[in-house]
Amino acid sequence: MAAAIRAKELGLKVLLLDDNDYLGGILPQCIHPGFGIHYFKEELTGPEFAYRLMNKLDGVEVKTSARVLEIINYSDLEKFVVFTSPQGVQKVPTKTIIYAAGARERHAFEIGIVGDRVAGIYTAGEAQTLMDIYGIMPGKEIVIVGSGDVGLIMARRFSLEGAKVKAVIELMPYPGGLARNIMILKDFNIPLYLSHKVVEVRGKGRVEKIKVVKVDENLREIPGTEFWIEADTLVISAGLIPNVKLLTEIGVVIDPSTGGPIVNDRLETSVPGIFVAGNALLINDLVDYVAEQGELAAEGAREFIENGGIPSRRWIRLVKGENVRLLAPHYLSGERDVWIYARVRRPMEDVVVEFPEIGKKIKLPVVKPAEMLRIKLKAEEISKAEDKITMRVVKHG
Amino acid sequence: MKIRVAIIGAGITGASIARVLSKYENLEVHLIDKNPDVGWGVSKANTAIIHGGYDDDPDKYPMRAKLCIRGNRLWHQWVKELEIPHVWNGALIVALKDEDFKELEVLLERGIRNGVPEMRIVDRDELFRLEPGLTREALGALWVPIVGQIGPIPAVIAIVENAVANGVKTHLETEVRGIKVENGEVKGVETNSGFIEADIIINAAGLYADEISRMAGIDYFEIHPRKGEYWIFDEGIPGPKRVLFPTPTPISKGIVVTTEISGHLMIGPNAQDLPPEEKENTATTREGLEEVWEGAKKLWPQLPPRSKVIRTFAGLRPEPTGGDFIIKAEEEVWGFINVAGIRSPGLTSAPAIAYEVAEIIQRDLGIELVEKKKWNPYRREITHFFALSYDKVNELVKKNPAYGKIVCRCNKVSEGDILEAIERMKFIGVKTPSIDSVKFRTKAATGTCQGSFCRPRIIQILAREYGVPPWEVTLKGKGSEIGIGDVKVLVRGE
Ligand SMILES: Cc1cc2nc3c(=O)[nH]c(=O)nc-3n(C[C@H](O)[C@H](O)[C@H](O)COP(=O)(O)OP(=O)(O)OC[C@H]3O[C@@H](n4cnc5c(N)ncnc54)[C@H](O)[C@@H]3O)c2cc1C
Repeated sequence: MAAAIRAKELGLKVLLLDDNDYLGGILPQCIHPGFGIHYFKEELTGPEFAYRLMNKLDGVEVKTSARVLEIINYSDLEKFVVFTSPQGVQKVPTKTIIYAAGARERHAFEIGIVGDRVAGIYTAGEAQTLMDIYGIMPGKEIVIVGSGDVGLIMARRFSLEGAKVKAVIELMPYPGGLARNIMILKDFNIPLYLSHKVVEVRGKGRVEKIKVVKVDENLREIPGTEFWIEADTLVISAGLIPNVKLLTEIGVVIDPSTGGPIVNDRLETSVPGIFVAGNALLINDLVDYVAEQGELAAEGAREFIENGGIPSRRWIRLVKGENVRLLAPHYLSGERDVWIYARVRRPMEDVVVEFPEIGKKIKLPVVKPAEMLRIKLKAEEISKAEDKITMRVVKHG
Repeated sequence: MKIRVAIIGAGITGASIARVLSKYENLEVHLIDKNPDVGWGVSKANTAIIHGGYDDDPDKYPMRAKLCIRGNRLWHQWVKELEIPHVWNGALIVALKDEDFKELEVLLERGIRNGVPEMRIVDRDELFRLEPGLTREALGALWVPIVGQIGPIPAVIAIVENAVANGVKTHLETEVRGIKVENGEVKGVETNSGFIEADIIINAAGLYADEISRMAGIDYFEIHPRKGEYWIFDEGIPGPKRVLFPTPTPISKGIVVTTEISGHLMIGPNAQDLPPEEKENTATTREGLEEVWEGAKKLWPQLPPRSKVIRTFAGLRPEPTGGDFIIKAEEEVWGFINVAGIRSPGLTSAPAIAYEVAEIIQRDLGIELVEKKKWNPYRREITHFFALSYDKVNELVKKNPAYGKIVCRCNKVSEGDILEAIERMKFIGVKTPSIDSVKFRTKAATGTCQGSFCRPRIIQILAREYGVPPWEVTLKGKGSEIGIGDVKVLVRGE
């Protein structure tokens, strides 16, 4: 929606397609606060955030229950979007596409859980949809896999509805969520097991017990540390993976570390005129950044349309250095200020984020994999570099 | 008066028998299963291969040897009449050591005896032309081009739909608890939902065939479960074109590497014998899955990373005393026909087993079967959005807009597909709405995300069409309800 609004403000003709029956993606199911602090300078819930955006959609043609089946990249200047809806299959010509199709959740099979395939195993997002869109209570004794924000927020949600969250199980030696969400565990007296993993589920029709085992610093299971927790529900919150299938089908190049496309500072992918924003680009912590990326992509689309393509230049590569797990965008023009989004590999205190080629240093008290770094590089800083800029996170001093 | 036939078990065997018996004017056929839907026993989880008929020793296992190849030939016709998803891609039994060729010769010899056409031992050169991705260690293979693959549950569903269209009555969620025998003749079956009269009882109860047989007083065999586990990988992972087998061992055909009919790379099964009381133990295990992984790697070295797994599952083979299929009219109890121990290659053999049973009824029970003047051999496959042209979608949308609306993103399943699935569930008597019933008919929830997007939507549709509250919709029948009530149920203290 943010991309559509900005694109319309920039005078472009916009069609917004979504396969849900409603707009906002996962926002309408996120009934907790924590949205919009940067973007609207006000703390909102997910539905409120979505509603504010909806009210700015005037002049945008919107179609819900509309699933894109195919993107046809006829040439750099001509594309078609084929989508289906209750009105049938339609093929719409366009110059540019902003792809903001979000992410999917990792499921129980992907994280190696074995045992019985029974009712009561949900991804966190699915449990949230069941509860907050459809009003269904999934179960009453809950074990949550993953201490990321989504897992923690669901721990609170379940507790508020009277369920007992028996444990949050985290593979890493540190919690995965934002500090404010880790407080939830204390508030509701929920045990957190760090360096533990769920390996097996047993039950007849429904989950009955869940086997947990401790892992060492190399994440290898420690024999003899297994124990069972009785519960009727297992909620998997083990990370998100950008939804990029439609893009890979037309040859968009994917960065294995973000799971999203390789992009320039206009958020343009390796296929000319295809821009990407939000969790389809990389997994964000905050909706505010997602919306910001949408606007950026819209500006890219305008530049593309005005110039018959994004002008060629010698792009400066942004490269991962020490303790940087992922970053985007990957190519910088030096013509404009750029927000860099990045995540570290491991937590560290008292650090400097360095860009040695341009002599930029930023001191930070702490970095965590769970908290995305968002750093602005100024145009004049970027243009100091010859062909690449390395980003690294090192100990201060 | 019509002769009443009760078939216990709506797996591939019982369903096939029901279809064949539905051809006869003078039979009234009842198909009984304890599960909420058909095909949820052994037939649900297997390798889905229509075998070539070369590996069953006709001296030791005459029934298996005879029925496997006959079944293979019949499937060629059945998949067309019933529009069952299938592929005839052939199999390679691969030799990795010089000694393996000896075993391949044995298989070839057996294949010749069993009447299997088109088999040949191929050298390394031809082997890699057939299957370039195979391990470089491969020395040669037995090439069996008549092997195929089908969707096993879709097959059971198709067969039952056709049988019902031809007059068969189904009794689902109906558990047989006793068999009434009077003066050495069967009278009917006692079930959790009443007595069903029958003049002929056919025991096709899969893993439980020994227990059913005992209910009729016949106890010369036992069935024990032999577990096999599998991995299925995400789409887009390159797999083989043919079915790849290792050279078999005395207990197992070995761990297969194949691209299953919906295009996913699949590996499995291993073989682990369980005690007779573990007939419900279909849990996957770390050890079993590891064994499969290691075994598959020997044939197919470029297995994807574990993060590309979309599903693991296990099935139980019903292994009978003696090892051969037990298909016969029992002399002590007139009218009682055992179709027991239908282990692998039971899926392949099922159509042949069905004709065998019809023959037994005529030959051993002395009942002359009268063919119906009008019997409908055809059944139309359910609409699959993903298989339609865009023009065809638009045609359907004119009649029902639901065909244009996607519910399962990964596999492109429309709401129209799902409504049709529900209609067909009701047609064959499925009483309890379940996500699995929809999944097996439409392929919703079997893709990359394994249903985390579409399950909540499917629940809504099922709740609406079956007129139940959404939390009472089940994953796979009673006891697997997807919720415990509305979202405030606990807060209210119920
Ligand atoms: C791991 C594995 C791999 C295999 N691979 C292949 C293969 O590649 N090719 C091949 O040809 N074969 C294969 N098979 C074998 C094949 O799957 C079986 O032979 C076949 O599915 C057996 O079908 P069935 O109808 O006899 O049994 P089932 O499908 O088990 O049907 C029996 C039915 O009886 C019902 N029932 C039981 N007790 C009662 C009761 N008391 N009251 C009412 N109903 C009852 C059950 O609910 C069940 O639905 C494999 C099997 C396994 C386990």
